Amino acid sequence: MIYDISYTALFFFFVFVGLVIGLSFYFGRKTSSSSSYYAAGGNIHWAVNGIAFAGDYLSAASFLGICGMIAVSGFDGFLYAIGFLAGWIVALFLIAEPFKRLGKFTFTDALNAKFNSRAITLSASVSTLIVSVFYLIPQMVGAGDLVMPLLGLPHWAGVILVGTIVIIIVASAGMASTTYVQFLKGGLLIILSVVLTVYILKNGLTLTPDSKGEKYHSFMELTPQVADGKVTDVAGWEIIGQQVVGKKTFVKLAQDGVDRWFDFTQANNKPILKETLTVTQTADGNQLYNGEAREKRRFYQVGHMSKILVNGEEVDKTGPLGPFEFLSTLQESEIVRFLQVKFTDGPDQVSLYYPQVTAGETFMLPGLKYKIGRDSNLWSKLDFISLMLALFLGTAALPHILIRYYTVKTPRDARKSTILAIAAIGGFYILTLFMGLGAAVNGVLDVESSNMAAPLLARAFGAALFSIISAVAFATVLGTVAGLIVASSGAIAHDFIDVYLKKNLSDHKKVKAGKIAAFAVGIFAILLGMAFKGINVSFLVGWAFAIAASANLPAILFLLFWKRTSETGIAASIIVGIVASLTIILTSPTMWGRYGLDPANAIHQLENPALISFPLAVLTVYLVSILYPKRQKDATLVTS
Amino acid sequence: MHINNTHEEKESLTKRKSTLGIRLFFIYLLSYAGFVAIGVFQYELLSIPVLGGLNLALAYGIGLILFAVVLGIVYNYYCSRYEDEADQTEETQKGGTA
Repeated sequence: MIYDISYTALFFFFVFVGLVIGLSFYFGRKTSSSSSYYAAGGNIHWAVNGIAFAGDYLSAASFLGICGMIAVSGFDGFLYAIGFLAGWIVALFLIAEPFKRLGKFTFTDALNAKFNSRAITLSASVSTLIVSVFYLIPQMVGAGDLVMPLLGLPHWAGVILVGTIVIIIVASAGMASTTYVQFLKGGLLIILSVVLTVYILKNGLTLTPDSKGEKYHSFMELTPQVADGKVTDVAGWEIIGQQVVGKKTFVKLAQDGVDRWFDFTQANNKPILKETLTVTQTADGNQLYNGEAREKRRFYQVGHMSKILVNGEEVDKTGPLGPFEFLSTLQESEIVRFLQVKFTDGPDQVSLYYPQVTAGETFMLPGLKYKIGRDSNLWSKLDFISLMLALFLGTAALPHILIRYYTVKTPRDARKSTILAIAAIGGFYILTLFMGLGAAVNGVLDVESSNMAAPLLARAFGAALFSIISAVAFATVLGTVAGLIVASSGAIAHDFIDVYLKKNLSDHKKVKAGKIAAFAVGIFAILLGMAFKGINVSFLVGWAFAIAASANLPAILFLLFWKRTSETGIAASIIVGIVASLTIILTSPTMWGRYGLDPANAIHQLENPALISFPLAVLTVYLVSILYPKRQKDATLVTS
Repeated sequence: MHINNTHEEKESLTKRKSTLGIRLFFIYLLSYAGFVAIGVFQYELLSIPVLGGLNLALAYGIGLILFAVVLGIVYNYYCSRYEDEADQTEETQKGGTA
């Protein structure tokens, strides 16, 4: 997509980033001991912590990813919202209080509270690190997507920008700043989403979604002459070629020296050519948007409706709608989605996006991304179950979420924080449904990346709203990345160097080691952020959840609820969970695509590993605990 | 006899709270699994209009989100009550032995 720099957005952006960094330095001066670096000294009010929980959790995945996926795949994006929230139930009902009673600073400490085992320390710190890194990838990808329309910068520049700012924040302050920053940002994100939703409902639905100052592109439909399934003549156009991709046929036409691709299809039993969008990578390294150079701006935002039905009658626009009306009208109407195909045209690589009319009824049901109804097979159904399992079980096992349990004083406060977080996050997720659907029908989608749906929707309603939302979204990414880097630097500096290697660092050195680790993880995250450009961030977060659920959750649950759990069992289960989930992810169809291979030829067709790796880790902790029971210290105490 | 009275009191409180947590967890797990099961085995049901013109998928999905909040509030209410009760018993026992 091609974007102009918005100076209003730029102004708000710098004000916000300045505020975030300023706050960090303010709290940074108060941070001297290692306990305040890692857990803000256990002094944070429960309500602040609750909203900060929400701020932590409503990362790029929620705001950018879910809205984007709903905009592109309809209800399937909402599955993430349902699963992400359900995960809090596991956290609240099973983990929150017992965990609080056990631990000190990190997830590893809590797991190890009863055993003091070096094997647990090592495996848990590795798991914390891997989960954090996998959670960092989508944040960085989202950051890159955000700055493209905001600052007119390329994706990689955004990734480096976020990485650098976060490294500065973490190295200067640590957890105290991130809690207050998360609080501020979590609160703002919810307020702004309400504003955006009100705009959407007030705007209603229309067949011509023109945004402020910009008309929506009206897509051409040409009538060709056809003989033997081949286009032989199109008035005003020269026929260059015809290409079959899967079940679709595309025709390349030229006018005024510009090549364009059309979708060759049928409408009312008559042949028709529908305009498509293409990004062509030419053999000499140029990138053409709809057959022309970037600067010509012939590439369009998409997302419109082909038919609006209100009480069975077709209308051009509805005017303001209530929330229920909005959903039910969409359900009865027709939406045009743009689907992607890739093919080679001589020496050129073509990414083509063609319009596909989708019944609102289908759009508002699961199945467009995760096939469970029509066109489903065993793999696709297993994939759906696996995703829902990962989302449900992942939340409670995320190290950067667990770390917040320690930032309030009592278990009672931890509980109240969590419930406030659930309410705030739940409310927000219901809003994502409106924001995502709003983006789908308001002509704001960038076909190259679904992640920008919500901010671009805001842009359609005005530059000010867009700039504030982008700034908050950017701060969202900053805050989450900072929290993750603190968690992973804790795993390296505290768990690994201090506890596992028994270096017995002084308080001052511990903080220093943490900062060096933060720097290293930050650089690594920047590189990964560039490598995964273009993938929906919620999808990527699904992986982080699956790894967390497999590596950490069986260990935590058995430790809390089964007295015979042994230290060997815990360590083995963490390792099995990591290895199994990583292996399945690295051999998944999506990764196959990243390696430059055909996803259809991947070893298996499972995108999310939890369905296999979670039960495997559960089995491991159970069997290994029986085979290698814990040392008899406890038993002798009981019998004496 | 009961030297470690306060400690035992605390343990019984912990147990009450965790039993409640586990029960509520299973209630939610069943509702959540129900959604997944309908999706996998009875996909057609999801398109049936149920509430204000919304199909079952939307109504169930939004319902699951709201239900989580409701269960959270219920959990907090009972846990706080258990904690207050435990505090009171502790105080009366202290009063009794003095």
